[in-house]
Amino acid sequence: MTAELLSLSLQLSMPEIILAVGALALLMIGVFTGEKSAPMVTMLAVALLVVAAVWVAVMPGSGEGWGGAFILDPFARFMKVVALIGSIVAIGLSFGQARYLELDKFEFPVVLVLSTLGMMVLISANDLISFYLGLELMSLSLYVVAAFNRDSLRSTEAGLKYFVLGALSSGMMLYGMSLVYGFTGNTGFDEIARVLSTETRGLGLIFGMVFVLAGACFKISAVPFHMWTPDVYEGAPTPVTAFFAAGPKVAAMAILVRVVSEAFSPIVADWRQIIVFVAIASMLLGSFAAIGQKNIKRLMAYSSIGHMGYALVGLAAGTETGVSGVVLYMTIYMVMTLGTFACILAMRREDGVYLENVEDLAGLSSTKPFMAVVLTALMFSMAGIPPLAGFFAKYFVFVAAIEAKLYALSVIGVLSSVVGAYYYLRLVKLMWFDAPKGEFARTGGILRLVFGLSGLFVVAYVVIGGPIGMAANAAAKSFF
Amino acid sequence: MGLQAIFFYIFAFVAIAAAFMVISAKNPVHSVLFLILVFFNAAGLFLLTGAEFLAMILLVVYIGAVAVLFLFVVMMLDIDFAELRSGVLQYAPVGILVGLIVAAELVVVIGGSVLTPEAAKSITMPIPNPAERTNTAALGDVLYTNYVYFFQIAGMILLVAMIGAIVLTLRHRQHIKRQDISRQVARTPATAVEVIKVKSGQGL
Repeated sequence: MTAELLSLSLQLSMPEIILAVGALALLMIGVFTGEKSAPMVTMLAVALLVVAAVWVAVMPGSGEGWGGAFILDPFARFMKVVALIGSIVAIGLSFGQARYLELDKFEFPVVLVLSTLGMMVLISANDLISFYLGLELMSLSLYVVAAFNRDSLRSTEAGLKYFVLGALSSGMMLYGMSLVYGFTGNTGFDEIARVLSTETRGLGLIFGMVFVLAGACFKISAVPFHMWTPDVYEGAPTPVTAFFAAGPKVAAMAILVRVVSEAFSPIVADWRQIIVFVAIASMLLGSFAAIGQKNIKRLMAYSSIGHMGYALVGLAAGTETGVSGVVLYMTIYMVMTLGTFACILAMRREDGVYLENVEDLAGLSSTKPFMAVVLTALMFSMAGIPPLAGFFAKYFVFVAAIEAKLYALSVIGVLSSVVGAYYYLRLVKLMWFDAPKGEFARTGGILRLVFGLSGLFVVAYVVIGGPIGMAANAAAKSFF
Repeated sequence: MGLQAIFFYIFAFVAIAAAFMVISAKNPVHSVLFLILVFFNAAGLFLLTGAEFLAMILLVVYIGAVAVLFLFVVMMLDIDFAELRSGVLQYAPVGILVGLIVAAELVVVIGGSVLTPEAAKSITMPIPNPAERTNTAALGDVLYTNYVYFFQIAGMILLVAMIGAIVLTLRHRQHIKRQDISRQVARTPATAVEVIKVKSGQGL
């Protein structure tokens, strides 16, 4: 590698370098200032992520670095900003709650920063090896934070379950990658696409592709690889669950989009049927399985499975509008999810116990009117009711699917979103029409800020959506 | 038969014999020691094929770290090996089946490369001739240049594993006597020794 190429590579991956070096520095600060340093390290971690996000958003330059292993294009830039915002907000959510949940150790923000580094590597991966390494860096940190409250049986169980299933899915994905490498002779996405466009694809390559897609679908918790989601969401401490639902989903969806629309772009017909099946199964399971849930974190888990199904509808189209729909869907999904988790974290009794049952929200409109209004807006948005943000998210993916003549997929999707509306509206009914069961403790300022901003985004999307939609279109142009 | 062939047969024979002893030795410590012998002979076989880097890694990682860890585990955990071994005959059919499958796969792989020699041409990065370039140097050439990005991320992954292991298992216990070197060094005869006058007939 010449000095010129090296400096270009360093320049392109500067946000990653900032996060990596910053995480090491935070670790040192934490170790040398002792156990009381958790709040300070958390604040520094947020500052570090903000610096990286600003760098990604502002600094010009694009192209491939590190010998083709790393790519920075408008798509990567957009998804990185979204993932970083997700991580910043999720760490912020943990800030006031850490001492109640025994998360107040300085390692917690450090591991989250390292996980975010994994997401950035994953989003920028242009090679099967960096794809795997990014995924593993992200997931390994997530296993640790899921089990972070080690005195809680549920948290430990969640961490262990996630670890065992995640290791299995990584193994399957590596097997698939080795098959893809064996049948194309390359690990780079560009080279794989070149080989596939000139040669007839073999059966072994299809096997490899299926395994790679299965690994990515595990991370976004799409059916039939969703089994871990409800248990892990329920067992992990709530700020950790919020973190799970934000950045990692965005990053895993980004690599799924990149791998099918770049490496496997010459064999659209082969991967489309897989994505269509996964999308239909996720939408149906997400809507029907959530109906009976009593725990609101489990409910959110099934809701996120359903949302991943809708996002994949756009990917199944395999067109520029489809990918742009996916990008937009993930952005809106992340904002809605973070707002909802801020509300869930606000469900704390005066004695410090966190309530997690759906029933506990009864009569929220009379005890906490502001939170009730925001949560209602978020639920309507998740159900896809116009003119809220969630409606536009669904609209763009379904338009893309209809343009690609995937009529059956679109019809099933719209019908399952009707089923899904039931449980979102049930929450609204509980909040507004049932008698209150008890008071919640005073809500912290950060939580109010997060769900306030999220509610504002959802309501005002009609007005502010234009620039976001244009940025998503520009991001999707990277592939076509 | 050249010198190389003689060494190959020595290494191969000892490796297989030691591997057999690993599963048949009565004492688990002997099993681990035989496992180390297997690793040594495998390293010798790697050396014969010109893969000296793999051979040295095998010595350092498998014998230096993994086998020693095995020894610790075997010696420190109270495992009833006699009971573990009691069902050997019961599992023998499954073991034989697995062995047959592996043997069949070996035949398929080797047969495939004999029948279609052109399959080897699909390798895009051929191994350099060991006479011109040792494979340690060849690995070093790419590991810190073309693959430096992967190398660094792998390092971060290991760091996460380390932090995770510590944060999930380390407990700061309150009532443990720890060595405090500065206190030990600062001791003087005045603080360390106490002279007591014992009155006769009373004792302490």
